[in-house]
Amino acid sequence: MEQFAKALVSILFDGIAYAMLLFIISVGLSITMGLMGFVNLAHGAFAMAGGYIVVALMNQLGMPFLPSLAVSFLAIAIVSIPMERYVYSRLYSAGELDQVLLSIGLVFMTIAAVTFVFGPNPPSIEMPGFLKGQWNLGFGLFPAYRSFTILVGAVLIAVLWFVFEKTLIGARIRAAVDNRAMAQSVGIDVDKLFVATFAVGSGLAAIGGGLAIEIVGMAPTFAIYYLVYFLIVVAVGGLGSTAGVFLAALILGIIDTAGKYYWPDGGAFFIYLITIAILLVKPAGLFGRE
Amino acid sequence: MSDLSSTEHHLRRAERWHPAEALPWLAAIAVFFLLPDYTVLGTQIMIMILFALSLDLILGYAGIVTLGHAAYFGAGAYATGMVSAHLGWGEPFSGLLIGGAAGALLGLVSGAVLLRYHGLTLLMLTLATAILLQELANATEVWTGGFDGLTGISIEPLFGVFENDLFGRNYYLYVLGVLFVAFLLCRRLVHSPFGRTLVGIRENVARMHAIGTPVYARLLLAYVISAGLAGVAGALFAQSNAYVTLDVLSFARSGAVLIFLILGGTGKLYGAFIGTSVYLILEDELAKLSPEFWEFGLGLVLVLVVLFFRRGVLGAFEDLAAKLRTGRS
Repeated sequence: MEQFAKALVSILFDGIAYAMLLFIISVGLSITMGLMGFVNLAHGAFAMAGGYIVVALMNQLGMPFLPSLAVSFLAIAIVSIPMERYVYSRLYSAGELDQVLLSIGLVFMTIAAVTFVFGPNPPSIEMPGFLKGQWNLGFGLFPAYRSFTILVGAVLIAVLWFVFEKTLIGARIRAAVDNRAMAQSVGIDVDKLFVATFAVGSGLAAIGGGLAIEIVGMAPTFAIYYLVYFLIVVAVGGLGSTAGVFLAALILGIIDTAGKYYWPDGGAFFIYLITIAILLVKPAGLFGRE
Repeated sequence: MSDLSSTEHHLRRAERWHPAEALPWLAAIAVFFLLPDYTVLGTQIMIMILFALSLDLILGYAGIVTLGHAAYFGAGAYATGMVSAHLGWGEPFSGLLIGGAAGALLGLVSGAVLLRYHGLTLLMLTLATAILLQELANATEVWTGGFDGLTGISIEPLFGVFENDLFGRNYYLYVLGVLFVAFLLCRRLVHSPFGRTLVGIRENVARMHAIGTPVYARLLLAYVISAGLAGVAGALFAQSNAYVTLDVLSFARSGAVLIFLILGGTGKLYGAFIGTSVYLILEDELAKLSPEFWEFGLGLVLVLVVLFFRRGVLGAFEDLAAKLRTGRS
């Protein structure tokens, strides 16, 4: 019995850490898709590029982990602005198919470029001392790095919740997701709003990529392998809904971890089964509007 | 009255065979005689052309966007492979029918549910369905060979005489023949009233509902035919390689066939031929030099095609031809 309880706690803990990772990366994608209806398959490539920026800063320049994460956030956020203005904005009125192909093209280019520079093998980084080993959280010892990831995720959720629910910018974003034409006609500059949210969302993906190095591992193929998970989190949660993304990330993160623990051969089987079941019942996702 | 007859004239003209349509088939025969070193690659290209052609029926004509078409290719490949590996049934032509039936059956079951959804939900559901099948194939190792792949496939000689020789010459002609028959079927379909209905649904589904078309039933039929053809392509793949891995069901394969078709041009049948050939020949040549170079180039081409040549290679040619024609007159 104690064995079972221990396994359960460990699964929940790992599952929540994984869910936080999924949330941090997917939340930007959800807003992109909810606000502009753009199917951005290159979002995973942003996360991957962010991860490699952290690797390069730490291993080449000897920068510590936390500042590297911050620089990675800024770098990807800044790079994503001209991308949005000059490439993505041309396809807002196009069909999903064109958007899928364009962003897949960008994924290929990013993967090839990163493989060329860093090679195909997973890189490794040296974690600072306080993120190694275990933390005593008062009710038991927990792996330090995963605890840290959960902490970062919780802080980001609090900040995002505050911005979305309590500030004028958040109200404008929600208005534009709900009814873009109406938001524009009452004077909200949706284009500018979108550049800003796109940049922040891409930057968050970069932080997620940096955090992922020590949890799921980083490699050029991260951009495509985990993309499916991000898309599923967004679709299950409902486009443009931050709460939905969080709930979906939590469900999928915990179920995936449990599935891999109890049935290693089945791999990610459960995730896809649950995804299909949820989407069949609620096509627009848990928090989506039909 | 004159409107009606001009419409009919237009439709009949579209259906008539154009001399240029002989080109891909002549090219295929020329490769067989002039470039014997390329018959193995050519066989694989033609199999993927058939797969892309099956996708064109639903994507190009009916406008169903899917990220999971490999599900049906994989179903055909595994069905044909398992019937041979476990039951010892290696007769090739019935093997094709088994693969096609497996694809069509899966298309019927999954399509009946999937086609009730649209847009992003449909994209996600098709994607998840194909990956779910891949995970299932991975988990049922006893039947599918799991991660190590399905071995022990032994296919009897064609007509009891022609073996799958080392240079793949017999199989080249076999696959060419199957592709030609499948193409005739597709060509007949898209020019039939059924094919025009699909285009109508793609262009304006509300109007098709209004004039009384049973939209869902038509889409499902198209989906089943497409899945069946994808299954035949998968069966050819299993027979020619005598080996099936989980890769046949992968997201990468679903994505690749979509790219073949878009590069060539959708809704034209021959787009599948051009896109697939250009892609796979370039891949074969460039990947030898450097895989990263190839992948980067492919990505760049995709971005440029979407930004500047929305209608693919064939579309660009058509636009050019139209421009020349108006320039002359």
